[in-house]
Amino acid sequence: MIIGIPHESELRENRVAVTPETARKLIKLGFDVHVEKGAGHKADFEDEAYRDAGVTIVDDPKTIWNEADIVMKVLPPAVDPQTGVHEAELIRIGGTLVSFLWPAQHPDLLEKLKDRKITALAMDCIPRISRAQKMDALSSMANIAGYRAVVEAANHFGRFFTGQMTAAGTVKPAKVLVIGAGVAGLAAIGAAKNLGAIVRAFDTRPAVKDQVISMGADFLELDFEEDGTGEGGYAKVMSKEFIDAEMALFREQCKEVDIIITTALIPGKKAPILITEDMVHSMKPGSVIVDLAAANGGNCAFTQADRVIHEAGVKIVGYTDLAGRLAAQASQLYGNNLVHLLSDMCKGENGYHVDLEDTVVRGALVTHNGEITWPPPKLELPAQDASAANTEVVIPPPAPDEEAKPKGPMTTIIMMLVAAGLLWLIGQKAPSDFLNHFTVFVLSVFIGYQVIWNVTAALHTPLMSVTNAISGIILVGAMLQVSHGESTLVVGLAAFALLIAMINVAGGFLVTQRMLSMFRK
Amino acid sequence: MSQGLLSTAYLAAGILFIFCLGGLSRHETARRGNLYGIIGMGIALVATFFSVQFDGVYMWLFGAVAVGALIGTWLALKVEMTSMPELVAVLHSFVGLAAAVVGINSYLESHGGHGAEVTIHLIEVVLGVFIGGVTFTGSVVAYGKLAGKIRSKPLIMPGRHMLNLAMIIAATVLGVLIVQGGMPHTQTTLVYLLVILGISFFIGWHMVMAIGGADMPVVVSMLNSYSGWAAAATGFMLSNDLLIITGALVGSSGAILSYIMCAAMNRSFVSVILGGFGDSGGGPAAGGAAAQGDLEYTSTSIDETAERMANAKKVIVVPGYGMAVAHAQHPVKQITDMLIENKCDVQFAIHPVAGRLPGHMNVLLAEARVPYDIVHEMDDINNQFEETDVVLIIGANDIVNPGALEDPSSPIYGMPVLEVWKAKKVIVMKRSMGVGYSGVDNPLFYKENTDMLFGDAKASVDGILTALGNFLKS
Repeated sequence: MIIGIPHESELRENRVAVTPETARKLIKLGFDVHVEKGAGHKADFEDEAYRDAGVTIVDDPKTIWNEADIVMKVLPPAVDPQTGVHEAELIRIGGTLVSFLWPAQHPDLLEKLKDRKITALAMDCIPRISRAQKMDALSSMANIAGYRAVVEAANHFGRFFTGQMTAAGTVKPAKVLVIGAGVAGLAAIGAAKNLGAIVRAFDTRPAVKDQVISMGADFLELDFEEDGTGEGGYAKVMSKEFIDAEMALFREQCKEVDIIITTALIPGKKAPILITEDMVHSMKPGSVIVDLAAANGGNCAFTQADRVIHEAGVKIVGYTDLAGRLAAQASQLYGNNLVHLLSDMCKGENGYHVDLEDTVVRGALVTHNGEITWPPPKLELPAQDASAANTEVVIPPPAPDEEAKPKGPMTTIIMMLVAAGLLWLIGQKAPSDFLNHFTVFVLSVFIGYQVIWNVTAALHTPLMSVTNAISGIILVGAMLQVSHGESTLVVGLAAFALLIAMINVAGGFLVTQRMLSMFRK
Repeated sequence: MSQGLLSTAYLAAGILFIFCLGGLSRHETARRGNLYGIIGMGIALVATFFSVQFDGVYMWLFGAVAVGALIGTWLALKVEMTSMPELVAVLHSFVGLAAAVVGINSYLESHGGHGAEVTIHLIEVVLGVFIGGVTFTGSVVAYGKLAGKIRSKPLIMPGRHMLNLAMIIAATVLGVLIVQGGMPHTQTTLVYLLVILGISFFIGWHMVMAIGGADMPVVVSMLNSYSGWAAAATGFMLSNDLLIITGALVGSSGAILSYIMCAAMNRSFVSVILGGFGDSGGGPAAGGAAAQGDLEYTSTSIDETAERMANAKKVIVVPGYGMAVAHAQHPVKQITDMLIENKCDVQFAIHPVAGRLPGHMNVLLAEARVPYDIVHEMDDINNQFEETDVVLIIGANDIVNPGALEDPSSPIYGMPVLEVWKAKKVIVMKRSMGVGYSGVDNPLFYKENTDMLFGDAKASVDGILTALGNFLKS
């Protein structure tokens, strides 16, 4: 089977769907990989490197579309500005396309693909479940975008990120606010933290607090109880009261921080405006806002897609191609996502096939056999998988232990009564000699109980061996019987008991000593 | 020696035994504790020796003591730390047997008499013999299972609960007959007592045969407790307070250990004793694995593992029974040293039921001279996994099974486990994809951040050691 990689017709797109490294993996899976001449150039992958990996370089753009059984791309097919032809019409009838497709935004494209009976897999529709994390291109691209956002911020910020005390004077560390702690937000937190900035983050989903803290940022909280966890690991729309409290928090923060990175997106909706005009005006001159939601309208009132706006000394960066600005890295990870998807589809006896039963494939499949198969049937996702998008699994606390419940007062009273009854019975019947021993016994049990609870778990084995040794005290009884013995049988048996009890005493103490001498700081 | 002096000597010995156990509460005082125990035992021996006449039986006495001491010393010196559970089990069996023998002896020697005292004495004899017998065969079977001489799979007899019940009823009836027979014994009542001994042997054997390998820590602690109660029963029988005190101390110690082990597995003591894991766990385990479908795991190589560890800032090692079986603790310690030298924070995480004996792993790590301040209990270290780069799991399975927290259908649901999956990378060393002792599939192996390193633990650890050495040098 031939996988074809045409060049990306969108002029500003630097990424490429296959790198020499991922091509090698695809060839290993049994595919022939054809790459259009110069397709990897903008991501610094030259034709020579592809050839070395075993890729066939195809000169003619027409050929690559015609020959390929599977076309892999980054962006959805669109009209090629150079030739004026729609790429969807270049794909062979009945062929397969794998790329970002955004089916909700491109209904006409779906129609086109359907008419040509194309099997189209949308990388943006891979279900966000644990198993599919390795093919989740949205996450891998978001990770890069988050990193790049910090680099862009640093580029437009006229000062250090890290604090320094130099001979020439003290430099205060930059303060960074990250809004939205999804994959991109967390990557931004990590990158900003590594540059030395003071990082704080906000998110409507309380579950991400631990993740934010684990990345080294402070988690800003509202005095307000509302869980913003929505479907598929995204946030949902919050109540008005919540938004008011949230905006008040941002208003405060704007006066303080130097850099704001916003990543707030709600699926299928315009991005919410979180940084209003007056907030921007309250920021210190020289501050930078990087808006990762620019493509969906932006989280800042001034954001304009793909532009850097200067407003009252504040720079607002609205690049929508942040991942593409790290083209080599982005291509590599996107390529890996594709390899993982194809290798999953190659499982089983028949080799490569479209398995409609596979939830991942079914989720990504938008057209197949001349039908539009999007949206897929709803997946029954357990709660913990929903947060898989954030690469961590939330574990529900273990169910409370039934037996650990404190016993009711009735039980205690009954136990007391039973104990009292037993003691009364024993006191009635038993001779005083026995009662003396019984007292000793009960008190000893209680002492043992108190003492043993204090033994540290690490010394439980020595505890067992030493109790072994002292339970050899039974030899005292054996000794008495040896001395009093009236028959040889009794003496002999007693001597035997003495012998084995002595094994215990000697063995137990010695081995305890041996173990304890090994424990050292 | 006067009776008064003997009593005070026994009192001193009893107090020293309490100090002995108290000393074990901390590492710093543990060795002194053991010394107290030895002194206590010495005092008890010497005092008993001088309190009675040994006309003509010196040979028996010294012979038995010398031979016993020699065998004990030999056992203690030659035992390998990995086989500590076996040794402990054997020693339990000795206490049990000694208690049974002393009980029978005391019956053989019984003189005439009547009234409540005789009744109580005879009850004590029956109890002592019975508990001693159960302890003896139970410990022997435990030894066999631990040493691999008996299959560790639970042996489930048909109608075993009824069988046990019938046995106990029979023993009770015989016991009542003995008590009614009074003293001195007759030929018939002696036979009754021996039959009771036989029944107790059977119950001990049957009870431990039905318990699976993973529950061995509970079994060994329980037998520890029994051996204590057997000693206490002997003390009542002989009206000897020192035996009673010691037996009670040991008995409650074993009982607490059993309780701790059961809590660590989230199982009730009764369910452990009444049945192996196998009969309740098998069905759902297989079902669970099938429901998860064709999950895949990632396997890794020794070199890759070594490289990861060389680049890690924080590593936590989780040892399990597999490390003990493979005797891998020494190379593990060398890897630890190498990593620490490489400015890596290395910690050890010990689950309460790791291994086959409470505290087993601690002893092995101590033997390899791993400092005890980097060895942590589960509760102390569970919150550290999140900040850990690499978790190295050596031959452990059920104690790191996330199903225990996440999957209510899992047979081990609710058991506290080490939350290793929170770490950035988990490397599991294992022979194959087989299930653990509980027979439960482990979702950990299929997690994204888990890599499997197949092979014998010793060979893998040695390999990592060499690879790590090369890696850090270059």
